[in-house]
Amino acid sequence: MFRVISDSRVKSPWLFHLNTGSCNGCDIEIVAAFTPRYDLERFGCLPVGSPRHADVLLITGPVTRQMLPRLIRVYEQIPEPKVVVVVGTCASSGSPFLGSEMIEGPVDRIIPVDIYVIGCPPRPEAIVKGIVTAVMRKFR
Amino acid sequence: MVVERGVEKEREKEVEVEYTRLRIPFGPVHPALKEPVSLRVAVRGEEVVDVDMVLGHVHRGIESLAESRNIVQTLYLIERICGICSHSHTTCFIQAIEDISGITPPDRALYLRTLIFEMERLHSHLLLLGVMAYEIGFDTLFMFMWHVRERVLDLFEKITGNRIHHAMNTIGGVRWDLTPEMAEEVNAQMREIEKSIRYIRDVFTDGTVEKRICGLGVLGYGEAVKLCVVGPTARGSGVNIDVRKDHPYAAYDDLEGEFSVIVERGGDVYARTETRILEALESINVARAILDRLPSGPIRPEENVFRLMRKIPEGESVLLVEAPRGELLHFVKTDGKGGLKRLKVRTPTFSNLLSLKPMLVGCEIADIPAIVASIDPCLSCTNRLTIIDQESGESKSIDVDRLRRMVRRKWMRR
Repeated sequence: MFRVISDSRVKSPWLFHLNTGSCNGCDIEIVAAFTPRYDLERFGCLPVGSPRHADVLLITGPVTRQMLPRLIRVYEQIPEPKVVVVVGTCASSGSPFLGSEMIEGPVDRIIPVDIYVIGCPPRPEAIVKGIVTAVMRKFR
Repeated sequence: MVVERGVEKEREKEVEVEYTRLRIPFGPVHPALKEPVSLRVAVRGEEVVDVDMVLGHVHRGIESLAESRNIVQTLYLIERICGICSHSHTTCFIQAIEDISGITPPDRALYLRTLIFEMERLHSHLLLLGVMAYEIGFDTLFMFMWHVRERVLDLFEKITGNRIHHAMNTIGGVRWDLTPEMAEEVNAQMREIEKSIRYIRDVFTDGTVEKRICGLGVLGYGEAVKLCVVGPTARGSGVNIDVRKDHPYAAYDDLEGEFSVIVERGGDVYARTETRILEALESINVARAILDRLPSGPIRPEENVFRLMRKIPEGESVLLVEAPRGELLHFVKTDGKGGLKRLKVRTPTFSNLLSLKPMLVGCEIADIPAIVASIDPCLSCTNRLTIIDQESGESKSIDVDRLRRMVRRKWMRR
């Protein structure tokens, strides 16, 4: 049964995007990945509005202090099995905001991460590849 | 809030639809709306009575970080204040630094800066118009806009090597030159983009869209002046301010005759949208003028950036630029050793957010997304709304996705 559910996710992963204090660069690239030129939806991906419906969590931004409890809450609300894809350099490693008192990140200090998509911001192709790789690895 | 209730009001209340308490930790993000802000909207029935805002979810401590880094490192740091107007931030900062140190960049560098600046305005306005279309339930137009926007991003990539953070500015000039082939490419693409924008203008002036957003979120001239609103939000309310004309910087001195300031009298969502469409066309005009007149010569000083940085004396400067969303202000104070004593940034959205209150009060709940999008805010993860029913004092949260569905339902009924 678990196998069937997991297989169904390969064909239609639902994404929840969470901004934990990013500069918008990664966020607009994620939207750009959904628009006609890159068309993430051809892999069955659908952005959803609630973490409870999501299979894939896309995180951008170094985790700011105000967003830390929210990040944890969103992560816990996503049903298992789930994939965490971190988008952007500041979510992956914290730079260029490392050293700031307001930053609690990077993300992998707080929750387990499956795929890192680096770049500042990464190109939409990279984001598409990151999501597809994550889904293939985790759900197949 | 306790409100006197008569028996009739009680009866009305029973008929009213009861919203269930729905709390979603992060507003379902439409990722094109940035900068988390939490709006607390008080409503009586469908009508908005009061609005309150909570800010600061993306506070990254950039200003204090800048004080611990040198100027060149800060240049890359402040580029990451915002992913949409990154070039505006660096231009403002670097001009303040040049003002302190007395370096005059070569003419070609100033023109190239201005070119990237105008292209950034173009892509930002296209982005917002797409979001605007999305908010009023016009998904096809949203996709179309973002497709057009990709052309601008391609040009960015050709010229600077990056789609979002261009890293174009450096002390005393710019880092990348424009080859004649690139200039031709820019010209050709601008022609295509202009065609698309003219088409978009027809769509927006079409009765369907006009009916939906005309008369929504009105901000009068007096109120706009009182609240110190800037940028297209102010110009949509008839306030004629534009830093490019009022305090010319970079190459805008020479290009003053090439563009006009778009001022609309309406003050509603429609006027603000139209201001942006026309401004995008003006941006294309400026870009063309720049390509025509581009002077030859060097693009930056021969000297190494770090050597230049160490020579910057102690001093302070305030600089204004016209970012896509309005007037952007940087206050820079250097310490004379290549570092900064203080950096203060005031972004246009900060000025514009307050104007949401007069716009939203009196409108319907279903119109909130369109009005919020019309000031082109940098909102993001927390675009969650808390709705307080004044009758019962009860606080309810409603997520933006549901709001959007309400918008569409309202539209279907018409």
